[in-house]
Amino acid sequence: MFDLDRYQNNTAFITDKGERLSYGELSAEAGVFAKAVTKKGLVFCLCENRLGSLVGYVACMEHHIPIVLLDGSKDISVLQNLITIYQPEYIWISSDKTESIGGKTIYKFATFSLQKMSYEVEVAKPEINPELALCLTTSGSTGSPKFVRLSAVNVLANAESIAEYLEIDENERPITTLPSYYSYGVSVINSHLIKGATLLLTEGTVAQREFWSFLKEQKATSIAGVPYTYEMLKMLRFFRMDLPYLKTMTQAGGKLNKDIAKEYIEHAKEKGKRFFVMYGQTEATARMSYLPFEHALEKYASIGIAIPRGKFSLIDANGNTIEEPDVDGELVYIGPNVSLGYAECRADLAKGDENHGELHTGDVARRDSDGFYYITGRMKRFVKVWGNRCNLDATEQLVKTITTSCACVGVDDKITIFVTVQGFENEIIKMLSEKTGFNSKAFEVRVIDSIPVKSSGKIDYPAMQAMLN
Amino acid sequence: MTNLEKLTKVFVESFGIDAEKTKGLQYQGIDQWDSVGHMSLVAAIEDEFDIQLDTDDIIDMSSFEKAQEILSKYDVKF
Repeated sequence: MFDLDRYQNNTAFITDKGERLSYGELSAEAGVFAKAVTKKGLVFCLCENRLGSLVGYVACMEHHIPIVLLDGSKDISVLQNLITIYQPEYIWISSDKTESIGGKTIYKFATFSLQKMSYEVEVAKPEINPELALCLTTSGSTGSPKFVRLSAVNVLANAESIAEYLEIDENERPITTLPSYYSYGVSVINSHLIKGATLLLTEGTVAQREFWSFLKEQKATSIAGVPYTYEMLKMLRFFRMDLPYLKTMTQAGGKLNKDIAKEYIEHAKEKGKRFFVMYGQTEATARMSYLPFEHALEKYASIGIAIPRGKFSLIDANGNTIEEPDVDGELVYIGPNVSLGYAECRADLAKGDENHGELHTGDVARRDSDGFYYITGRMKRFVKVWGNRCNLDATEQLVKTITTSCACVGVDDKITIFVTVQGFENEIIKMLSEKTGFNSKAFEVRVIDSIPVKSSGKIDYPAMQAMLN
Repeated sequence: MTNLEKLTKVFVESFGIDAEKTKGLQYQGIDQWDSVGHMSLVAAIEDEFDIQLDTDDIIDMSSFEKAQEILSKYDVKF
């Protein structure tokens, strides 16, 4: 997959704990990991931006062992449901959590342990599709059993397209600003590993001194962020920081306010850096479009053009292709990085390619006369919360366990729950924060006399959406 | 209200916790104090004390006690 031996003497990882691993060492250790995996099956990786976590991931990708990347920072109880449904043969997890997860330790590297699992009653386990390499979740850390199934071809194709348009070479030193179970975070790792670059691993966030010390000391050359990352950096007076080595900033995971995007683009131009607005979905491995930096200033509200080897089209409500510019339609993507499909249980891992390289994104977009695309809306009821997809109908169902008369609407980074009974405000916010893993700032509860309904009797979401302003 | 009471109030309101929990509280010590919570805490402190914090002070504010130490630099006495 990564052709690690090509860059034997390059450094693959440097951590904020002072650890280093060359590509040669990484390749050798990946071999040891793979040898320990004697039973054909599935690996769950409880991801952290630490050496052990990354070595396990690379080992599985290199040696064709299907792996699922999950949030390692969450409580084990969130994970139990997924273990029950998928019954992974192995779990790669931080060694201090092995007791709570069970199983038998068969291999260790750095702070991680490989647990061989056994189950009293086994679920149906048809042979996993040999094409399947990687499964990712779509909705952050909610513990939803819905995975996106990706092949090695998907992963490699997307990494190569990204490396091409970002012009990644072995001199790059990206610092981890995103979780490594998140499709955008994984894409940063993959697109740099195929080029022999050095990844700087930290669990620190931009809100911490340790992060900035590590970034400066190791001369990080790029950062990747969701819209909220760039809002935080602005609050941290990023534009006044002296960061001569930091040359590239990428943004995806939702729509950054276009005025803020413009500020970053102008700042980058002035300082000899580059700022890339990008668009994608886990269903397409990660990336579908980028805004070429030479056009960034004139097209700063755009998601740009399709990545190399990808192609966009727009379709109208009848499924016909829209040829003329400036007309809204559903954005459809065709490319080698379009996932095989979804899985919702172990048996689904046997499934073949259900998408055939074509993804209906569910996003409404238009194309200008120069061929640049603009996202103008969404067909489904979801919002992005700090880069993570959050379904409003599912949120509403959660709230109904507390009070049945409720409705959820939202904008990115803020979900508003309308209820008709007072007194549950704190309870609702606490429950949603626990269930979704989002900071409680993501939720607001408003008490109104009654939930507005249309004449058809359906909940009138547009009316409530209008009440937000 | 004393400055300590004001700061306690900011922490209590930002994170939705009890006042007695603020003592010794550290960044990532509770779920609410992640990077998102940190930024809203900083904004609330800036509002409450009518100051503008420097970058270094924002990223150094890693505990309730550290917040007091940093605010002292802005002539907020404890």
